[in-house]
Amino acid sequence: MTDLTRLTAAETADVVATGKASAVEVAQAHLDRIGAVDEKVHAFLHVDTEGALDAARAVDERRAKGEKLGPLAGVPLALKDIFTTKGIPTTVGSKILDGWIPPYDATVTKRLKDAGIVILGKTNMDEFAMGSSTENSAYGPTGNPWDLTRIPGGSGGGSSAALASYQAPLAIGTDTGGSIRQPAAVTGTVGVKPTYGGVSRYGMVAFSSSLDQGGPCARTVLDAALLHEAIAGHDPLDSTSIDAPVPAVVEAARNGNVKGMRIGVVKEFGGEGYQAGVMQRFNESVELLRELGAEIVEISCPSFKLALPAYYLIAPSEASSNLARFDAMRYGLRVGDDGTKSAEEVTALTREAGFGDEVKRRIILGTYALSSGYYDAYYGSAQKVRTLISRDFEAAFGTVDVLVSPTTPTTAFPIGERVDDPMAMYLADLCTIPSNLAGNAAMSVPCGLAPEDGLPVGLQIIAPAMADDRLYRVGAAVEAAFTGRWGHPLLEEAPAL
Amino acid sequence: MTVMDLESYEDALSVYDPVMGLEVHVELGTKTKMFCGCSTTLGAEPNSQTCPTCLGLPGSLPVVNAIGIESAIKIGLALNCEIATWCRFARKNYFYPDMPKNFQTSQYDEPIAFNGYLDVALEDGEIFRVEIERAHMEEDTGKSLHVGGATGRIHGASHSLLDYNRAGIPLIEIVTKPIEGAGARAPEVAKAYVAELRELIKALDVSEARMEQGQMRCDVNLSLRPHGREKFGTRSETKNVNSLRSVERAARYEIMRHAAVLNSGGTIVQETRHFHEEDGSTTAGRIKDNAEDYRYFPEPDLVPIAPARDWVEELRAGLPELPRVRRDRLKTEWGISDHEMQSALNAGAIDLITATIDAGAPADQARKWWMGELARASNETGKELADLGISPAQVARVTALVAEGSLNDKLARQVIEGVLAGEGGPDEVVEKRGLKVVSDEGALGAAVDEAIAANAAVADKIRAGNLAAAGALIGAVMKLTRGQADAKRVRELVLEKLGVQG
Repeated sequence: MTDLTRLTAAETADVVATGKASAVEVAQAHLDRIGAVDEKVHAFLHVDTEGALDAARAVDERRAKGEKLGPLAGVPLALKDIFTTKGIPTTVGSKILDGWIPPYDATVTKRLKDAGIVILGKTNMDEFAMGSSTENSAYGPTGNPWDLTRIPGGSGGGSSAALASYQAPLAIGTDTGGSIRQPAAVTGTVGVKPTYGGVSRYGMVAFSSSLDQGGPCARTVLDAALLHEAIAGHDPLDSTSIDAPVPAVVEAARNGNVKGMRIGVVKEFGGEGYQAGVMQRFNESVELLRELGAEIVEISCPSFKLALPAYYLIAPSEASSNLARFDAMRYGLRVGDDGTKSAEEVTALTREAGFGDEVKRRIILGTYALSSGYYDAYYGSAQKVRTLISRDFEAAFGTVDVLVSPTTPTTAFPIGERVDDPMAMYLADLCTIPSNLAGNAAMSVPCGLAPEDGLPVGLQIIAPAMADDRLYRVGAAVEAAFTGRWGHPLLEEAPAL
Repeated sequence: MTVMDLESYEDALSVYDPVMGLEVHVELGTKTKMFCGCSTTLGAEPNSQTCPTCLGLPGSLPVVNAIGIESAIKIGLALNCEIATWCRFARKNYFYPDMPKNFQTSQYDEPIAFNGYLDVALEDGEIFRVEIERAHMEEDTGKSLHVGGATGRIHGASHSLLDYNRAGIPLIEIVTKPIEGAGARAPEVAKAYVAELRELIKALDVSEARMEQGQMRCDVNLSLRPHGREKFGTRSETKNVNSLRSVERAARYEIMRHAAVLNSGGTIVQETRHFHEEDGSTTAGRIKDNAEDYRYFPEPDLVPIAPARDWVEELRAGLPELPRVRRDRLKTEWGISDHEMQSALNAGAIDLITATIDAGAPADQARKWWMGELARASNETGKELADLGISPAQVARVTALVAEGSLNDKLARQVIEGVLAGEGGPDEVVEKRGLKVVSDEGALGAAVDEAIAANAAVADKIRAGNLAAAGALIGAVMKLTRGQADAKRVRELVLEKLGVQG
């Protein structure tokens, strides 16, 4: 029998549906894989062995009864530890939620369960999703399966590493400034940030409410599309959730035809700070798309250079308010409650001990940016930049169907290299942030290995809001053409663990 | 704070003009909270009406209560406000343990309603226009119960209990523009405004607006400026003044206190003040310097609200008769003065009187009972008229019993006393207490005979033509019948038996 952990999600679902293997066997194979390699990778913060096997058993029972199973029933998944899971710890990578057991399921969690998807456990992440390397996790870093001394991207490094090390064929991430796409790029996997409002945020612990977006992560474009369909769609519990039909992403992923599409290359993404091998693979991708029949157009988006500073005002401002609730009163960590201290002192001691440096840095930054007298200069100006960026996108999409760029300027950097240099760290999200500010849809798909270090490079595809299907059409075309050229999926070149 | 520190009211007004700003919070009577589906019923077990959203649990999100928006628009329209075509919620950031998210979801520079006015009638019938700055939507906080301290305040408490049942209950905050030119009548204007607002809220049926239950709470901001000066003085903010009488007293007290401070060369500190029901004084709360910064920003978890114009017009068309218009109509129908109507308004009696009339009582009778006997009971017990435990239908029944001659006034008062004591409805109390006018001629005649026999001298006087003396015999009969006789019939019998023409 084939190794069940090497199958795609679509293949796995088929294996279960046709009875070639039971969902329990599939789950057990992945739990065994986690047992074998995760000590090295550290993708998971919590493995829910019992819950996974119960969920798998339920799928098998439904199949035995002859019930029709969903397209991903029995497929295991790694869930970013930012989604609440009833009865299962949810830490958001922070000490401040140490010991908290949520009393409710996030909408995404609920939809996964309803689809018969088997949740293996919760994956590591930068604390409160603040970071690009997963080094800001209070529970230790995660290794990149391509080179365990390097970062797996962030904030969703646990999810991308779980996919790249065959611990799960599917994962869920969240993307506030690139936290799905950048980890996908540096691990040779696929990651999609759906249109803002496309996937419910209910039960997704907030970092920056106007930017946060949950989305699918997988090893193939089709798998990502199948997962996208399972979790997307209107949720009455999220006021910002879009009440419209989900774009036909699965159909687009099966189509994969770019003939006649107009594809824009963003002029501003490239040049200084971009690794040569990254640009080389990106340029090859553009050539590939041209060969596949797409028309390539150079597009200028002059406001994009303001995206990073605007992001680092808006995201911390919202975070400073969102994270105010962690005050030791109702849940999570409580430090210094010895009967002699005031509530205010206990709150201060708890926040001092419970939040990491990056989180504190952003709370301070955001508090400052929202202060009276500074609001207009900082938060107000940043919102104006946001409008300018949206207009750049609007203008671009008046001319082209999608935009492409490198997902991130470099390949995976060594763990520890940028921890003391926040600005260098922030640059990892240079190309991904504009889509969060504008609320449109974007994907990262593997486009080869950088010649100088042999590490994966990601191609970013950006589509207008609610045109997520275009990502899958272009992504599937790129994936099929490259896989054909390489003779196998890129991930097969990763070293054995 | 002692009386020594106050300027006399007259002296204060001879030098200064008071300027007031009134902020009234109204808890809407929606079935569910503003941003989640939890019940708003009062008096439930602490923390039994909570969910991830109103507890502010990580990951939870708000969704706006449509009835809350509708109520806010109705209030705005009734206050002659403009209704925003597009507005947002905003986060007001500050830390307090009874605030689950450590920010309050409120509105900042984009209120749902703004630029309106409310005309209020003063005791003498004069109409005073109070300009409305804005009415905005927000959510209530939880409740803290500080245990172990002397005052019930957090200072000195050993621990605090938190109840989040109230957290997330919809509030409308109604803020006036500075109220100028009221002079010595400022406290009266404040009281009349809050009374009028309460009537309005009740008429709109968006809240019961019971001040004693905290469904309507008032902050009185007040400053003084010397006559002739344009610029406002520094204000104090007296928080949670929760009865009409207290609103008037708080304004009056602050006028006298400010004047005393200013006259002695001192300066008023911008601070919150606590109001004390016992003696009508205020004491210093927290200093409000400009360091207090709520870091407002638009609430990213909620989409903007853009009430469709035709919907707003539909709501406008559906507004009920406004209280002042209605009162003018009732005043004519009941044939009473401005002052009498104002008293009924202040007592919260208008709806009760109307309902009593609707239940069949004559207007003067209905008003007599609610504003007489029952108003007295309300004052004695400190309960609102509506909470006394007698319904308009029951009052109407009492007036019917009087009209048919089964009860006289004195007995009717006893019946009402019985109903208030929880002995049952009017008929039940009559039955149990045996309170029926003695109309049995035989029994009544015997009582009259007994009274004549016991008061021979008085009887002689009457026989001699001194009719005024009959009162004494009637009193004696009433005593013998424990007040259950019809005094008019007794008089007839007395005169008849003594052979005198009445």
